[in-house]
Order: sequence, then C-alpha cells, then structure tokens
Amino acid sequence: MKVRFSVNGAVREVETAPDMPLLWILRDHLGLTGTKYGCGVAACGACTVHLDGAAVRSCQVTADALEGAEVVTIEGLGTPEAPHPVQAAWIAAQVAQCGYCQSGQIMQAAALLAENPAPSDAEIDAALAGNLCRCGTYPRIRAAVRRAAQAMREG
Amino acid sequence: MGTLRRLTRRSVLIGSLAVGGGVAFGSWAVSRPAENPLEEFAGADGAAFNPWVLVTPDEIRLITPHADFGQGAAQMQAMLIAEEMDLEPGQFSIDFGQPAKAYWNTALAEEGVPFMSTDESLPAEAMRALMGAAAKLMGLQITGGSTAVPDSFDKLRRAGAVARETLKRAAAARHGVHPDDLRTGAGAVILPDGARVPYTALAADAAKITPVTDVPLRPPAQWRLIGKPQPRLDMVAKCTGTQRYGIDVSLPGMIHAAVRMNPRKGGALKGFDPAPALAMPGVSDVIELPGGIAALATDTWTAMRAAEAVICEWGAAPYPPEQAGHWEVLAGSFTEDRLDRVWRDEGEVEAALADGAVISAEYRSPYVAHAPLEPLNATVLVTEEAVEVWTGHQIPRMLQRHVAAITGHGPEQVILHNQFIGGSFGHRLEFEFVRQAAMIAARKPGTPIKLTYSREEDFAQDFPRHIAMGRGRGVVREGRVEALDLAIAAPSVTASQMGRAGLAVPGPDAQIVAGAWNNPYDIPNFRVRGYRAPELAPVSSWRSVGAAGAGFFFDCFLDELIHAAGADPMAERIRLMRPGPARKVLEAVAQLSNWGESLSPGVGRGVAFVESFGVPVAEVVEVKDTPDGIRISRVWVAADVGRVVDPGNIENLIQGGVVFGLGHAMNAEITYSDGMAEQRNYHDHEAMRLNQCPEIFVRVLEGQGRVRGIGEPPVPPAAPALANAIFAATGKRIRELPLGRHVTFV
Ligand code: FES
Ligand code: FES
Repeated sequence: MKVRFSVNGAVREVETAPDMPLLWILRDHLGLTGTKYGCGVAACGACTVHLDGAAVRSCQVTADALEGAEVVTIEGLGTPEAPHPVQAAWIAAQVAQCGYCQSGQIMQAAALLAENPAPSDAEIDAALAGNLCRCGTYPRIRAAVRRAAQAMREG
Repeated sequence: MGTLRRLTRRSVLIGSLAVGGGVAFGSWAVSRPAENPLEEFAGADGAAFNPWVLVTPDEIRLITPHADFGQGAAQMQAMLIAEEMDLEPGQFSIDFGQPAKAYWNTALAEEGVPFMSTDESLPAEAMRALMGAAAKLMGLQITGGSTAVPDSFDKLRRAGAVARETLKRAAAARHGVHPDDLRTGAGAVILPDGARVPYTALAADAAKITPVTDVPLRPPAQWRLIGKPQPRLDMVAKCTGTQRYGIDVSLPGMIHAAVRMNPRKGGALKGFDPAPALAMPGVSDVIELPGGIAALATDTWTAMRAAEAVICEWGAAPYPPEQAGHWEVLAGSFTEDRLDRVWRDEGEVEAALADGAVISAEYRSPYVAHAPLEPLNATVLVTEEAVEVWTGHQIPRMLQRHVAAITGHGPEQVILHNQFIGGSFGHRLEFEFVRQAAMIAARKPGTPIKLTYSREEDFAQDFPRHIAMGRGRGVVREGRVEALDLAIAAPSVTASQMGRAGLAVPGPDAQIVAGAWNNPYDIPNFRVRGYRAPELAPVSSWRSVGAAGAGFFFDCFLDELIHAAGADPMAERIRLMRPGPARKVLEAVAQLSNWGESLSPGVGRGVAFVESFGVPVAEVVEVKDTPDGIRISRVWVAADVGRVVDPGNIENLIQGGVVFGLGHAMNAEITYSDGMAEQRNYHDHEAMRLNQCPEIFVRVLEGQGRVRGIGEPPVPPAAPALANAIFAATGKRIRELPLGRHVTFV
C-alpha cells in the first residue's frame, strides 16, 4: 500500500506492506536510524517516537494506521547543533553508556514533560518504567529528567 | 569516527595458539617490537609515530583499538594519548583502527594466572610475565576482563609522549632551536618566542625523524585530563540519535538477512521447506547454513518474518533437554575425579570441621542471558580481492581468521570496520553471528549482506552465563568464623568459549571459583575447591564471568556463618579481612552507609565483598519489606581501582554495574525445556526497570598499587548483598538466583 504521513515536519510517501511496523519504515525505508530496534514486542522502549504528540512504541504501530499522522523521531526532536532541552539535559548529565536505549528514553521523557512540566519522582518512574536500559543508567536518567524539567520551566 | 581503509596489507597472523601450560619463547621474539600498522596509511607527508598516533598535514588521528560497548573505552584511550600529547577534544579524530598484532593486550593474559591479585612473589610475577609474552606473540588483541584501562594506562600515555617529543624535535630542527626550549599545548609546538606551530604543519618533517623512545611520563601532579571528569566525545551523538552502530550500517545494493538456527543449540537442521517464506513479497532467497537457515529480503522486518516462516525440522540438543538434568549433572560433579583444583587451603579445614557443629548449605546460580539492547548484527561484503566486515567486535584478529576460513581469503584480506556497540556484557566476544553473515555473503559475492538478529533469535542463540552449584560447610566458635570450606561445581566456561574459537586451554579453570577463592580474608581454616562438571549447554563470559555465581555463594555463605556466630556482618568481615586495600573498601562502605545506624521496622541491610579482576568491591544494599514485596531503596558501593582515569565515567559504570548485578539477581535466568531456552524476549528475562532502581552512592579509592578496570567488578557483590539484605529484613535465607523465585520485588 501507499501511505502518506509526516515525519519530523516533512510529508513522506512510502510504498509498504500494510502490516509493516513504523519502526522499520523509519529505519529501512526512510534511513532514520536514530530510532532503535530492541525487542519488537513493546518490551523495551528503544523504538519510542511521538505519534500525533504522544509517545508510542513504533514497533507496534503498523503502516495502515499511519495515513495523515504526524511522527517525530529523535532526529526531529533536536540536533547536535540545536538540541531539545531534554537532550541538552541528557548531555549535561552525561547519561549515556552504550547509548542504544537513549533515543527511546529521551522521546519518552520529552513526551512526559510536554504533558506534565513538573513531574514528581513517582511520576518520572512511572513514565519511564517501560524503557529498558541494559547498561543501568537509570540514576542519571532520573537526574536528567529533573534537570530538563527545571530548565524548561525556567524557559 | 573514520575508518582506516586499505585493500592490501602485510600483517602476518600466527596460526596456532597455546595459552598457559609452560610455553617458552626466545627472548628475541618477545622483545622485538610489533610492526606498526599505521605506517602504510601515513602517506608521504604523514607521521605514524607508533600504532596509536597518526599525524598528517590534514589531521590528527588517534587509534583506540579497544572496542567500545558503552564503557567509554574509545574516550579513555584517546584521553590517555591526549594527556601526554597536549591535545584538546575536537583537535583529533578517533578510529578503532585495523586489527593488528601491535594491539596485543598486555594486561589480560597477566591476570589469568593462578595467583591472588595481591601476590607479588617471584613465581607469581614470573608467570604473569610469561603469560604476557605469550599474548604478545599471539598478537592477542582483545577487549575483555576489565583490562582496557590497565592495558592502556602506560602504553597510550607513552604513545602520546613519544609523538609530542618527536614533534618537538621536528620543530627544533626547522626553527634552529634546542628541543628543551620548546613547549607544547593545544595541538601545537610553542616556540621560545611564543609562536605556535600546529602539529599538522610538522607532520612531514616529523615523519623523517626516527621517533624518540626515551620519554619519561608526566607525574600525576601535571595531569590536565586524567582524574578529572571529561565530557564524553560520544555523548552528543548518543543523545541526538546520530551515533551510528553496526545495526545502522547501510550500503548501496545491500540485502537484508535474518537467521533462524536450531533453538536446541548445536543441534542439526534435519530438513526445511522454504516455500512459505519465498511466497512472501520482498523475499529473495532462503539459504541453508550449518544448523539453520537464513532468509534474504528487501528489509530487516521482512527478512525476520521470512526466517520465521521457513518450516524447519530440528535435531536434538547435545545437552540435557530439561533444566533439572543440568542441575543433576552439577550435583553429581563433586567427586574426586572431577576435582579441578584446590585453589585455597589454609589451616586445618578437615580437623576444624570434625571439631565443631558443622553448618552447611547448598547454593545455585542459573544460566543468564547477555541480551544487550542492540541485537547481534554484521554486514559483510565479499569480493575477489577482499572481505569487508562492518560489526562491533571485541577480538578483531580472531574475527579475521574466522571470516577468512569461510570465504577462502587470507586473514590479512579481511578488513574490519569496527563499530560502536550497543552493549555487550560478553556477547560480542562470540563469532557465530559474524560467521553466519560471512557464509551468506560468500554465496552472494559483490552484494553487501546485512544480517540482523531478531531479539528472539538473540535470546535463543545466546551462549549464556554458566550455571554453578556451591556447597559450603563451616564452623563458628565464640562469636567468630573459624572454618569455611566451599566446593563449587560448574562446567568450564573457558573451555566452552575457547572451544568455539578453535582453541584448547589446558589446566584448571579459574572461572569456576573466581570471586570465591581469591578474596583476601584470613579465615583460620579456609578451603576453596573447584569441580569441573562436564560441558552442558554452550556458555560464554557474562559480565564478571565466574565471580557472578561463585562470589554469590562465597559471600552469602560467609554471611550465614557470621549470623550463626552472632557477629555483626560488617565488623566480622573487617576483622577477617587482611589489612590492605580490601579491608579499606569495607571500612569505606561501612562509613559511607553509616552501617550500624538504627533502621526502621521492616528495613534490612546486607553487606557483601567480592574481589574480581583485581578490584576489591564492597556493597551495602538496603531493602524494605513492604506489603507488596521487597523494595530496594539504597545501595552504597566502595571500590579500589588504583587510579581513576575519569571520576564521572567511573561513577556511571559502577552504578550501571550495580543495576546489572541487582537486576539479574532479582528476576533473570535462562532455563531449558525440550532443549530450548524458555525465555524469548525481555518480558521474561527482564532485569531491573527504572522504577525499581535504588539510589546508589559511590566511593572510589586509589589505594592499590596497580591500575585496574571497573567494567565488571561492581557486578558480583550486588547479588549477595541483596540476598543478605533480604535475610536481614525478613529472616528468609535465599540460596539460589534469581531471588525472585522466592520473593516479589516492587
Ligand atoms: S523495539 Fe519497540 S518496544 Fe522494544
Ligand atoms: S545506555 Fe546502554 S542500554 Fe541504555
């Protein structure tokens, strides 16, 4: 099937199987490899992107549900030259080890802060519980979310 | 990061390997410097001062041959060179380099000796020197065993110093001044009048000078970078989705592949029907491999689905099909003829046991998967003149040999573009995935083949941490631990892993008892014996290897004895510990955690100490017994690494190691049923989630004489400290991992 949707602000048209997950459309069709494959079954969060403003697991969203959708990936959130405040907080807190989970962590955290600018520790924990980090950077992830929340409030 | 490219090369690979067992070498072969692999990249105007530093008129390139799977090895290596070379971040590029003999690991072989890390006796040092010489002759380039820092610390600082001093000579000759009147800073030689000559401008001149060799290293007081937290060079890329990993490699004309191998690992493929896969749009081929199939398609997802669709008939596993059978083998291995080695025998253990009420217990440690977040992948392009491989790997020269044997090229024709790796924990020490990619690519010469494992396949085909069983006996008297006798039975992970690499390793396997025999306690009657069980499921090194299980047995059983004696778990450990760095880390963690302060009802604390890879580590875990289950609230850690290269990074690695150790102790295991791993994805092998993560407080000491690595040592004490804390909080003594078999964690 042909599907038209926007990715990081640009309209894209892709010829794909209707059941192909967004994750693989992004990675293999559109070359946006910042979004990562970790499990394919919604168990790790590495593939998290924003779909119409909400954090979703892109491995669980299929092509036939994408028509007209607005997708933002880690590449669209910010860039090395102009990072989003959540990315800036992550860099300042020196969060990453292998870094493979961090695109998903950051997209999840950005969605949380867009909705809840001053999350409690329990709310941070609840929002990020589905994002696995095999390297165990959780203490710094928590610190970075708090730092980002503060920076965004102070604007 | 760039990649050095070339299509012909001169390096020679040694065909046979022998580790340990009294190998003797002529001193000429050992003292001769290994060939500098950068020379052929230097061009007419470039200076390859040594295997790590290349300066051309255009750029400064630092080679960081240790693989980076998140521990920050690339950064660490670059900083050591930059320290002495007076470079600033941004003035150089880093490159994993081409595999070469010159990058042999000085530190790993030295640690494989059957002497305690603190033993500096003549036989111990002589054996270390011998092992080091063997590694050099083999050109054993390997990242593993927490050795990247110890291997690099002097070597790479010296590489930087040699480059700096040679550049000064070049500047001195050009400007007619004495080298002693020159300084260096920020990538330039500074002339007496203050004028700056960039290193790149001196490259052509420096190339004509024989590099100076006699360079003293700067004293710690002069360090600019070492010992101070540095922003990681890969951090911005990793936080913006722009870091490229092996799984992100894309080449023109590339075809995607997925494999499905016999889930009964090592079993045969008896037959298969590719028709359902070939009927899927986008699928171009199904190829038979030894023990499985590969499906080729236009994209990763289609390839994975196609591999699943192939109808396969599998042969039986070459190990017991049910998990209970594995435990039975271990239980039957505590016999005279399976005694691998008596590793520690102090006092009169048998007499002490005959002379008191014996406390005994049996412990178990399960198979555990590596499951780093980036699944295994490799991209291979076979042409007539060369094989190019894009993947992240920890043993590059062995990888060349494996690939060459498949494609029929010489090892020197295998060009490895080593990639940043999304976690390893030992996974990328294995070769199967690269071999499979090479087999597929050999069938499609001229077409790049990208093999990506599905997560399910990554779990099913993992060579997990080995299982182990420990039997302890002990005696306490007058409030003290008098005797501790620990016997551990396990298959040899070294034999399993090295066997797949085609190597036979003679002698006893230290990994059966690592983390148990080598703890520097002075228990009056103290014995540790290793029993070598027959090989079971194929296994591999899992972050901290043997110490993950044996350290758990040892420390928990010691904790049982201390409680039986009615002593304080911290005070008795400190009393029993030899004076030195190990005792200091216990004292440090006692102070850091304010051990002994009164705790709320339902709260318990456990302490554990395990030394591994020469690093003594003590951890205190605090848990709360809530109505919903056990909550891990806080952890305190002290470790002595001799010298901290980056205090920011080491804190991150220690916290991560604690999370890794605790998480798997909570809920992760691989069990076999019908010959297959029962756990297929992260939902049934989960480890720790962010909402379960405790606060983790870290103190790092620099008291021991040798420089050590921290990748693995924080892992082993985590499980016993948690089990001991659960005992303190609930009175329940759990003697098997994962602990979640007996308690719920919240
Ligand atoms: S890949 Fe989508 S949640 Fe893991
Ligand atoms: S940083 Fe490696 S998985 Fe999170």
